[in-house]
Amino acid sequence: MLRYVFRRLLTAIPTLLVIVTMAFFLIRVAPGGPFNQERGLSPEIKANLEAQFGLNDPLWLQYVHYLGNLLRGNFGPSYNMPDFTVGELFARGLPVSIQIGASALILALLLGGLLGTIAALNQNKLADYSVIALATAGSTIPTFVIAPVIQLLFGLTWRLLPIGGWGDGALLNKIGPVLTLALPQIAIVARLMRGSMIESLRSHHIRTARALGLSDWSVVVKHALRGAILPIVSFTGPAAAALLTGSIIVETIFSIPGIGRYFVEAALNRDYTLVMGTVVVIALFTIVFNLIVDVMYAFVDPRVRYD
Amino acid sequence: MDTSETILSVKDLRVRFRTLDGVVEAVKGINIHVNAGETVAVVGESGSGKSQTMMAAMSLLASNGEATGVVDYRGRNLLTLSKSELNQVRGRKISMIFQEPMTSLDPLYSIGNQLIEPIRRHRGLGAAQAREEALKLLRLVHIPDPERRMKSYPHELSGGQRQRVMIAMALANDPDILIADEPTTALDVTIQAQILMLLAELQRKLGMAIVFITHDLGIVRRLADRVYVMRYGEVVEEGEAEAIFVNPQHAYTKMLLAAEPTGIKAPPPLNAPVLLEGRNVEVTFKIGGGFLAGEPLILRAVDHISIRLKRNQTIGIVGESGSGKSTLGRALLRLLPSDGFIRFGDRDISAADRKAMRPLRRELQLVFQDPFGSLSPRMTVGQVITEGLLVHEPTLSGRQRDLRAVDALREVGLDPNARNRYPHEFSGGQRQRIAIARAMILKPKVVVLDEPTSALDRSVQKQIVELLRKLQADHELSYLFISHDLAVVRAMSDYIIVMKQGKIVEEGPTEAIFSNPQAAYTQTLMAAAIDVTRFRLSA
Repeated sequence: MLRYVFRRLLTAIPTLLVIVTMAFFLIRVAPGGPFNQERGLSPEIKANLEAQFGLNDPLWLQYVHYLGNLLRGNFGPSYNMPDFTVGELFARGLPVSIQIGASALILALLLGGLLGTIAALNQNKLADYSVIALATAGSTIPTFVIAPVIQLLFGLTWRLLPIGGWGDGALLNKIGPVLTLALPQIAIVARLMRGSMIESLRSHHIRTARALGLSDWSVVVKHALRGAILPIVSFTGPAAAALLTGSIIVETIFSIPGIGRYFVEAALNRDYTLVMGTVVVIALFTIVFNLIVDVMYAFVDPRVRYD
Repeated sequence: MDTSETILSVKDLRVRFRTLDGVVEAVKGINIHVNAGETVAVVGESGSGKSQTMMAAMSLLASNGEATGVVDYRGRNLLTLSKSELNQVRGRKISMIFQEPMTSLDPLYSIGNQLIEPIRRHRGLGAAQAREEALKLLRLVHIPDPERRMKSYPHELSGGQRQRVMIAMALANDPDILIADEPTTALDVTIQAQILMLLAELQRKLGMAIVFITHDLGIVRRLADRVYVMRYGEVVEEGEAEAIFVNPQHAYTKMLLAAEPTGIKAPPPLNAPVLLEGRNVEVTFKIGGGFLAGEPLILRAVDHISIRLKRNQTIGIVGESGSGKSTLGRALLRLLPSDGFIRFGDRDISAADRKAMRPLRRELQLVFQDPFGSLSPRMTVGQVITEGLLVHEPTLSGRQRDLRAVDALREVGLDPNARNRYPHEFSGGQRQRIAIARAMILKPKVVVLDEPTSALDRSVQKQIVELLRKLQADHELSYLFISHDLAVVRAMSDYIIVMKQGKIVEEGPTEAIFSNPQAAYTQTLMAAAIDVTRFRLSA
């Protein structure tokens, strides 16, 4: 197993390199540059700035410099927020995004799993149809609709929650964004769980368990649920990578200082280093969480063997 | 033995399924009873309702099924018990083993865990005691090295071992009745015999009644005291096993008994030309290996095999699963890369690539085992069988192709109108006829038949065997008949090759192999498949 993890981490290096390289050149192919905006910079100042950040060097040299810095863990300065390095921006924003994302993920897995199981056990009955209807609604209503509705109801009408802001990480401030982020995921997990649980309940070994006179609890929880959980485990990898790296919509609407906003802002501003930094962070999260999922798989399913 | 007391009686049992096409009645008011300690066989072909009868008795029907009537177990109607009362009977007084040893155990828990669970539940033993019991049971069903096997997972066991574990689980609480639903159908013949012997031995030791649900009259003949013959959800005949075999009353029973394929195939004349020849054919598979994963494991599936198939000859290739018989068939048709020399007619095709093989494909056809999976569900039967003509006779007009399809369907005994319908509208036997028509329409010289009858009921098997025979006589075909079913092989082939682990164990003319097998393995195989001596003589 350790050997397998080591091998996977080793193969992650070329993957990352390809991603970094593609992102590096693609963002530079896009027209414009970090200092091209209509701020009325005089040509001299712009030239100075570009010289200072090495933007006048040949492209390959910039690339080599960037890789060298990256290897030392240095993401470089942000061009548009000159007071901060990209590293500093992440150090402040990433914990916020991770807190919100992780809470949403856990909520989605627990609640979605529960709803999906209830639906599967009551297939084609009222409870099942209710869950399906809820799941359909959850995955079709966009977050930019859910978020303002939550703000309106909980923040303005009932005055239970603050409308927005981070409030230094106060619990009440997190509830709105976590709910908004979790709702579509709950819907997805519930659907996945329902499907795989129905299949699991139909399998031959469940028939065996029933024929042996085992209790419903054992049949459902011990035998059916564990088998049904495998697709959820696969789903968790990419979902975790997506949720933990923040969401621009949720962070903007609730004005939360996470890193989700950076990706779009940086891309629009041609803030090369910040775009690259975000790409690297998202790629890393994706690689690491997929690895974690594969390792988890082996724990849930003894048939899965690595090395 | 005391067979006076009736412990289970099924009275006027009806099973219905609500489906999209309306209500389907699978069991239509049948009566069955089981006495203490006896062996009852419920015999029937697929769709007879034999399995659903017992599923209903155990309340294991699918959620769209419902059962009415009475299933009386020692004075209690199982159909009206509450779930918790029912679970006092299931797995304790009446237990069950199933056809699918590969999937009937939970893949995620160790054997020990799964064995201990019903023991603890029904007997309320502590963990340590239950473990001891579980070990005892594994020994009882002759699992070697039971201490170690307790920690194994189902996928680490062979099919036969898994079925032994299933039997151990079923017998864990010393039941009155063991219901065995096609317990050996998915196993190789030698393993089948072992499992049946084990069941007979356990019955002698423990004295439970056994209900066999089976389509295999061999099992019935060897084990059953009494027999119920089912067809279309009804019991058409019942009685003592001896009586039914000697003097069957109902036409359907007579048909079933006569359904064993019979007849022999005369060998081709000595000077018949060799059509397909393989010399030292070898197929290897690499398992694992790759970037940083170390050396791959080399598996030799076909190990230096030589074979000469003459015109109008049928060579039967016999072997159990994993013996390499299908791989050999595919290698000879160059559907798999292989080493060694292969010749078709006077052409050396040892190194022929796909493109070079394409014009030869029409003369070298293949029919598969699975009549359900091998026909594209989204094409009409006409499209399925004429597809090869598009490749091999591209000049034919649509009209001509249609005429050929009509001829081909007539030849395999199907209504030509079938060509406008889809494969799912046909039964297993009809689908196999379609698959044969698809091969025959190209007028091939050599046909590799890979277990063409294994997925079919006995009575249908016989029809397919007769069809293949007629086609061979009409067109001077050469067959490579791959099968694990010795009765069918015997009826079809004039020459037999017995394979085990990729090697030829024995080969020779059919009658010589059957009447005087030389290799020990062939003898075991024959004994397991052909011998009808009873495992247990009833009192």
